[in-house]
Amino acid sequence: MTTTADRPLRVPHKATDEPEGVGSPGERPIGYGSLRRKEDPRFIRGKGRYLDDMLLPGMLHGAVLRSTVAHARLVSIDTTAALAHPKVKAVITGKDLEPLNLAWAPTLSNDVQSVLVTDKVRFQGQEVAFVIAEDAYSARDALELIDVEYDVLPPVINAKKALDPGAPIIRDDLEGRTDNHIFDWESGDKEATEKVFAEADVVVTREVLYPRVHPAPMETCGAIADYEPVDGKLTIYTTTQAPHAHRTVYALVSGIPEHKIRIVSPDIGGGFGNKVGIYPGYVCAVVGSIVTGHPVKWMEDRSENLMSTSFARDYHMHGEIAATRDGKILGLRTDTLADHGAFNGTAQPTKYPAGFFHIFTGSYDLQAAYCKVTGVYTNKAPGGVAYACSFRVTEAAYLVERMVDALAIELDMDPAELRLRNLLKPEQFPYTSKTGWEYDSGEYEKTLRLAMEMAGYDDLRREQAEKRERGELMGIGLSFFTETVGAGPRKHMDILGLGMADGAELRVHPTGKAVVRLSVQTQGQGHETTFAQIVAEELGIPPEDIEVVHGDTDQTPYGLGTYGSRSTPVSGAAVAVVTRKVRDKARLIAGAMLEAPPEDLEWEKGRWFVKGDPDKSKTIAEIAMAAHGTVALPEGVEANLEAMTTYDPPNLTYPYGAYICVVDIDGGTGQVKVRRFVAVDDCGTRINPMIIEGQVHGGLTDGVGMALMEIIDFDEEGNCLGGSFMDYLIPTAMEVPAWETGHTVTPSPHHPIGAKGIGESATVGSPAAVVNAIIDALRPLGVDDIDMPCTPSRVWHTMADAIARSSAKSGAGTAGGDGEDASAPKQAGASGSAQSGSAQQAGIQTGEGGGADPDDAG
Amino acid sequence: MQVTMTVNGVEVTREVEPRRLLVHFIREDLRLTGTHWGCDTSNCGVCVVLVDGTPVKSCTMLAASAGGHEVRTVEGLEQSGKLDPIQDAFMEKHGLQCGFCTPGMMLTSRALLDANPDPSEDEIREAISGQICRCTGYSTIVRSVRWAAEQEQKARDGESAAGSTADEGTHETADHETAGATA
Repeated sequence: MTTTADRPLRVPHKATDEPEGVGSPGERPIGYGSLRRKEDPRFIRGKGRYLDDMLLPGMLHGAVLRSTVAHARLVSIDTTAALAHPKVKAVITGKDLEPLNLAWAPTLSNDVQSVLVTDKVRFQGQEVAFVIAEDAYSARDALELIDVEYDVLPPVINAKKALDPGAPIIRDDLEGRTDNHIFDWESGDKEATEKVFAEADVVVTREVLYPRVHPAPMETCGAIADYEPVDGKLTIYTTTQAPHAHRTVYALVSGIPEHKIRIVSPDIGGGFGNKVGIYPGYVCAVVGSIVTGHPVKWMEDRSENLMSTSFARDYHMHGEIAATRDGKILGLRTDTLADHGAFNGTAQPTKYPAGFFHIFTGSYDLQAAYCKVTGVYTNKAPGGVAYACSFRVTEAAYLVERMVDALAIELDMDPAELRLRNLLKPEQFPYTSKTGWEYDSGEYEKTLRLAMEMAGYDDLRREQAEKRERGELMGIGLSFFTETVGAGPRKHMDILGLGMADGAELRVHPTGKAVVRLSVQTQGQGHETTFAQIVAEELGIPPEDIEVVHGDTDQTPYGLGTYGSRSTPVSGAAVAVVTRKVRDKARLIAGAMLEAPPEDLEWEKGRWFVKGDPDKSKTIAEIAMAAHGTVALPEGVEANLEAMTTYDPPNLTYPYGAYICVVDIDGGTGQVKVRRFVAVDDCGTRINPMIIEGQVHGGLTDGVGMALMEIIDFDEEGNCLGGSFMDYLIPTAMEVPAWETGHTVTPSPHHPIGAKGIGESATVGSPAAVVNAIIDALRPLGVDDIDMPCTPSRVWHTMADAIARSSAKSGAGTAGGDGEDASAPKQAGASGSAQSGSAQQAGIQTGEGGGADPDDAG
Repeated sequence: MQVTMTVNGVEVTREVEPRRLLVHFIREDLRLTGTHWGCDTSNCGVCVVLVDGTPVKSCTMLAASAGGHEVRTVEGLEQSGKLDPIQDAFMEKHGLQCGFCTPGMMLTSRALLDANPDPSEDEIREAISGQICRCTGYSTIVRSVRWAAEQEQKARDGESAAGSTADEGTHETADHETAGATA
């Protein structure tokens, strides 16, 4: 490893500690590592500029009328009263969009999605009409004045019933459609896997549900469309993680030439994948601006955000794991049902309808694996890839880490020991997985052992044994995940035909100050700091002398944007490469200035000097001035000091980590307390450890949220039960512990600076650790499985059911009885079995008549 | 109807609809856009402002109800070009990422420190428990508040804050990572 492993990217001081204004840029020390963020001074003053803060002259306000039902034929819409509202300027319906060919729009998965309904509504919260008024209050008032008549149809809510014969056909808009099937997709070697399973000592199966959840960024989604009829220019200010991709899609959808469209993505209040797609409200704002001749702002409210924009997961996974009796994992298999909602709107590389789910073999050396995924339509909101999921690595990591723990239970083996026996070894890298991924680098055992050491794993197990003696419910859960991020090589990966490469442009101005322009867009990840630090590292000028420009298609080079943890792996590489281009050009110019052949020059951060004569040197600032001045330049060297590049990654990167979660469970209420969480991450070369740690903390909180409380559920009629923050619970400071983080550093061999990316690692890796810890805590009761979210109610019922089962087995009068009987928990307290004895010690109150059933309080 | 209140030390009078929410009054009528809006249901707290020194969710208070009261927003934290220690602390300890919940978090923290200059971690967590941050996982917010408390204590102790705080801020933010955790 020659590139970065030995390069000191981290220095023991922060920029804020440096003396101000001392020395020239070439001389003063350059701060790397945990710099304070360049974006923070505006945020802490309330001077961030988010979409809803923007006010354009003459701006009007839009509001969307949404379907109240999940599945219904549209009979009529009467907008007369709304149009009569004195402050209403226009009301747009699907009928108005049809002649413009805009009633339907392409999704990011080669399906189409309704913009405003024309035929029938297919999920509760679907867009029905769009009101434009002088102010936001009036627009909302007018929604109440629209009269819609529906002919209600039976909905398909349970994905497992979507393919039943006779199930209502949701997508009758698609010609020839006779069922709700979207795709079947497979990966791995089915026959080889069958053979491994047939010959294995042990096979364990589980039904693993990853429920529908929502990214729910604190800032909801929105757009301001500003169409200028004179020059035909459309500017869309919008909450997008992918400004350039949005521009292309708008051009394709609207027919407005791409060069006449400008997308501006201002400060974004969190994205997590929620701000990748183009939502109907955006299209309506564009139409509204063209129709009214005014800028039109549309900003969704929280319920609209939760009910209609990109959800995540909703994977129903049947998992099977095969192993030898002594704990060698041999094979893994899954048959998975993917609920995509009413329109297939997932944003993932075209070749991969299930995203990167087939990395489900995780961090282990297997003999065979096979994965099959079936996608179906249901009467729910579309989406599917969001919430920091790395194109469904989240589901994959959760499945394999739950299966490994299920195997550990079956083998009665410590889950850490089982993992240590099966983790890939350093000498196996680069490793080609049984489903075709080429892992770049890893020293897995080192990372797991560090996590165990930080957690005090053996002591925790001792403490747990003592607590079990006393009947207390304490659990220790592990997860070891391997991510695949940085999508992706153009030859394999595109979205709507757009290859997943990203550009960067660097200009060094005459005074040695630089501007770097990026195709990606930050939503809080600190791009303005991290990318300046990459330039600073490569060019030897201080980060504060580097301005990062992003989020404006008129000002930045083309690229596919920020999601799937791809900014540092792809755009970060582009920035390193473009900076090296500038450095190489600076060498030629320095050679001319020093009258020395360029090959005789050596680089030291910030300057080129003559080999053997370090006093003869030129700093980047001196070279930049000369490049813009009148110095005679060598043959073929253009004036000025700037360069551009587009980076096409040769492979994805594979960050990984070892997580250990400790929980205590209240036997009386089922309340889970996450007492400790140790996370050791390896994201390759680290640029700003403070920012990396922040990314990990946020992801761990997501993980605890999903494991314990977050779910977008539906009733039988298709009513969304997670449509506000009163129902969709997100962890507060009270539900999460003080995070304990550590790291190992195994650089990516193919990335210019060895960085792998970190944004989603913790979201991917943490849910399994929490759930495994909960199951571990409940083992003495006989529990070996539980689904997310582990709300107090679910945990309590799981405990009560387990106790009932064991009483049914051991109780004299109940032998052969039905352990699933709802009345069983009542008997538990009277049982003399050892297991329910533990339950009594644990303070589990199964109550009389279920009176102790607690609410799902988060 | 007419409403008069003091916002960041300045008396303002505006004509408002009786139903107008305080958050919209602040953001749109006064154009103080540092106060954000996030959920409609009083759950997320990105709209928190101080009313007579107490944190209030401004999406759940009518502008009219704030009449006669003193409102302080994030724009009122910095005084005469000098940052409030809590603002400095959030930058120093990475208490923010996307910045959307940050104004509310800082104002609640300010109110906490005004009432309790030396809060424990548990007290800090409880104080901000009515507000959601989707980015930070809260640990760095807790650290920020503790750091601000320490800076303010030093200032009270008569140490030369201007000269010495920079030295105190030199440790790596990742300093709590286990020694030797870097392999």
